[in-house]
Amino acid sequence: MPAVQETVDRVRAIDLDQYKWGFSTSIESEKAPKGLSEEVIRFISGKKGEPQWLLDWRFEALRRWRTLEEPNWARVHHPKIEYDELYYYAAPKKGGGPASLDEVDPELLKTFEKLGIPLKEQAVLAGVEGARVAVDAVFDSVSVATTYKEELAKAGVIFCSISEAVREHPDLVRKYLGSVVPVTDNFFATLNSAVFTDGSFVYVPKGVRCPMELSTYFRINEQNTGQFERTLIIADKGSYVSYLEGCTAPKRDENQLHAAVVELVALDDAEIKYSTVQNWFPGDKEGKGGIYNFVTKRGDCRGKNSKISWTQVETGSAITWKYPSCILRGDNSQGEFYSIAVSNGHQQVDSGTKMLHLGKNTVSRIISKGIAAGRSDNTYRGLVSAHRKAAGARNFTNCDSLLIGQECGAHTVPYIESKNATAVFEHEATTSKIAEDQLFYCTQRGLNEEEAVALIVNGFVKDVLQQLPMEFAVEAQKLIAVSLEGSVG
Amino acid sequence: MLEIRNLHAEIDGKPILKGVSLAVKPGEVAAIMGPNGSGKSTLSYVIAGKDEYEVTEGEVLLDGESLLGMDPDERAAKGLFLAFQYPLEIPGVATMTFLKAALNAQRKKRGEDEIAPADFIRSVNRAADKLGISREMLRRALNVGFSGGEKKRMEILQMALLEPRMCVLDETDSGLDIDALRIVAEGVNSLRAKNRAFLVITHYQRLLSHIVPDTVHVMADGRIAKSGGPELANELEAKGYADFAARPAA
Ligand SMILES: Nc1ncnc2c1ncn2[C@@H]1O[C@H](COP(=O)(O)OP(=O)(O)OP(=O)(O)O)[C@@H](O)[C@H]1O
Ligand SMILES: [Mg+2]
Repeated sequence: MPAVQETVDRVRAIDLDQYKWGFSTSIESEKAPKGLSEEVIRFISGKKGEPQWLLDWRFEALRRWRTLEEPNWARVHHPKIEYDELYYYAAPKKGGGPASLDEVDPELLKTFEKLGIPLKEQAVLAGVEGARVAVDAVFDSVSVATTYKEELAKAGVIFCSISEAVREHPDLVRKYLGSVVPVTDNFFATLNSAVFTDGSFVYVPKGVRCPMELSTYFRINEQNTGQFERTLIIADKGSYVSYLEGCTAPKRDENQLHAAVVELVALDDAEIKYSTVQNWFPGDKEGKGGIYNFVTKRGDCRGKNSKISWTQVETGSAITWKYPSCILRGDNSQGEFYSIAVSNGHQQVDSGTKMLHLGKNTVSRIISKGIAAGRSDNTYRGLVSAHRKAAGARNFTNCDSLLIGQECGAHTVPYIESKNATAVFEHEATTSKIAEDQLFYCTQRGLNEEEAVALIVNGFVKDVLQQLPMEFAVEAQKLIAVSLEGSVG
Repeated sequence: MLEIRNLHAEIDGKPILKGVSLAVKPGEVAAIMGPNGSGKSTLSYVIAGKDEYEVTEGEVLLDGESLLGMDPDERAAKGLFLAFQYPLEIPGVATMTFLKAALNAQRKKRGEDEIAPADFIRSVNRAADKLGISREMLRRALNVGFSGGEKKRMEILQMALLEPRMCVLDETDSGLDIDALRIVAEGVNSLRAKNRAFLVITHYQRLLSHIVPDTVHVMADGRIAKSGGPELANELEAKGYADFAARPAA
């Protein structure tokens, strides 16, 4: 899966700024009017031909959102977001939902190509073995191309855009949408519920092991358009699915808001692995113009013996506010969170996880590796809690931070709550610096400073990289190196 | 091969090297002895290009080419190797991975192709066997949890693999037991060659009875105070450094 590899090469090749994908396509787009109102929501819902229940659901969210305040507890700072100045819907005019890639706007394909996204899936289309990654590409807000659907359909796996799911599988959507992240969960999730435009839907039926890794690339393209993705993944009893998400965005002057919601549901004995490589525009050298990434990701281990793993490599965004969480409801269920968060320049990252132990003998594991360089701020915030009934709950948390240079900061904020005396929670944390002596040792052996930093950093994040699917891991490793370019010397 | 001319260097404004002059010919093994704090490690760091030392006067030439303007990695690619007195740990990076990265980085700088994986493994294994380094150790993170002696052996392994022309060894013998000392000395001796030179910093005659030097220099208070043949090492062993106690510059 060469997506990230190609992107990395491209970044290397175009040596203009810290972030080198500053272009936008000239595809005409169709926008809803600026700002947030019943009319805009009606417009979005109408565009998608949604049923009344969903429109009502959105209205309810809007009503609740108007009563909420933007949270301010995270260690991030940004200019006030003018929600009335944003566009909440933009769709490429052509290619509203083509049946095949041939029908996709060539301009659009070119954009993907520039990004190195293998949407064209040369390999896949040519039928090359080993390139079997299904891509549900989201261009701005509308899914314009989906590959490998038939193969998945054979296995009974549903993988489509959420709009399509609303039309084709309304019962599943209605049953599970908002069941993990309720409409009123938090400011950004509620906003998303009101205006979500598109995203992915996955359903893996009972006993089915999804025959390939499912993958989505996100890209924000339209100027001033908030991106409100909504993803819903359901693994029915005894099933397994691995889902990969990766993203890039073009350069912009104004900050761009991204408030996605991802809901995962694992029933009895099911397992979901969700991996993210996130590389949005972090802002220029002064920290201007990057993406604001306020995401709600939550997995519900609803059934007994179920398992949900989050693995994330975060290298982008001006501001990241993100806490992929697990609700360990089923007895013996397991939650995992593996994270690498790299911050450089003026980036602000406040990320972590929540593990809520509700069922008996539930187990969670948190491995977080924060790397701060430049003048960035990197905070790990984690909550582990055991409910009264969570007898025998266990958690192991390991949080390591690595500082590169003198002007960055790393912070660890663990919260632990236990209402059951038999729960056992362990927490380890370290903060280290790349020592001058370590760098000198490596350079004496022939590595240049950047290679030396990359090598040391890769050693630092090894435990997490190992959790990613192989190809993804190799590319994530390179992406990390690119993100840290220019952090020493 | 290596020529050091009237080298002055300081750290945080404090002069440490105060006019070191020294030449090492191709094929030569030169030893540097001298009391603690006389500037031996500093000299090795300055030769290798460590950032925090400021050279205020003098020259360091490798085959007539000045090293002082080069970054440490360029010097390494030119064939300079420093075996550290205190080798550093690189957590999470398997020794094999580190060795390969270093070797290929040097080859790249010299415009050579990357080494073929099979050749790489063969040469690492060969060098490791000679030095009594186990395969298991090669898979572990570099120097992490290695004993003092194991770290020193690992330095020699790297030296053998990188095939430098100018090898500077800073107290590679300290912390070694008798067997390890013999193994390390054999490792060095087997690398002795017409076109390769060694600068061996040590406190002990013991090492020099295994690696017999061509010349011995005594460093005191940031200068070479005396030079001679191997017999000078014996003399020092008997008499100590009393004669070279810091004295005002002549
Ligand atoms: N970072 C530093 N700041 C101040 N002084 C330093 C620094 N590094 C070294 N020195 C001083 O420089 C002098 C020479 O140190 P150096 O390590 O070169 O000695 P050495 O001959 O290698 O000693 P040893 O035999 O103990 O290894 C010492 O007085 C030491 O304290
Ligand atoms: Mg020393």
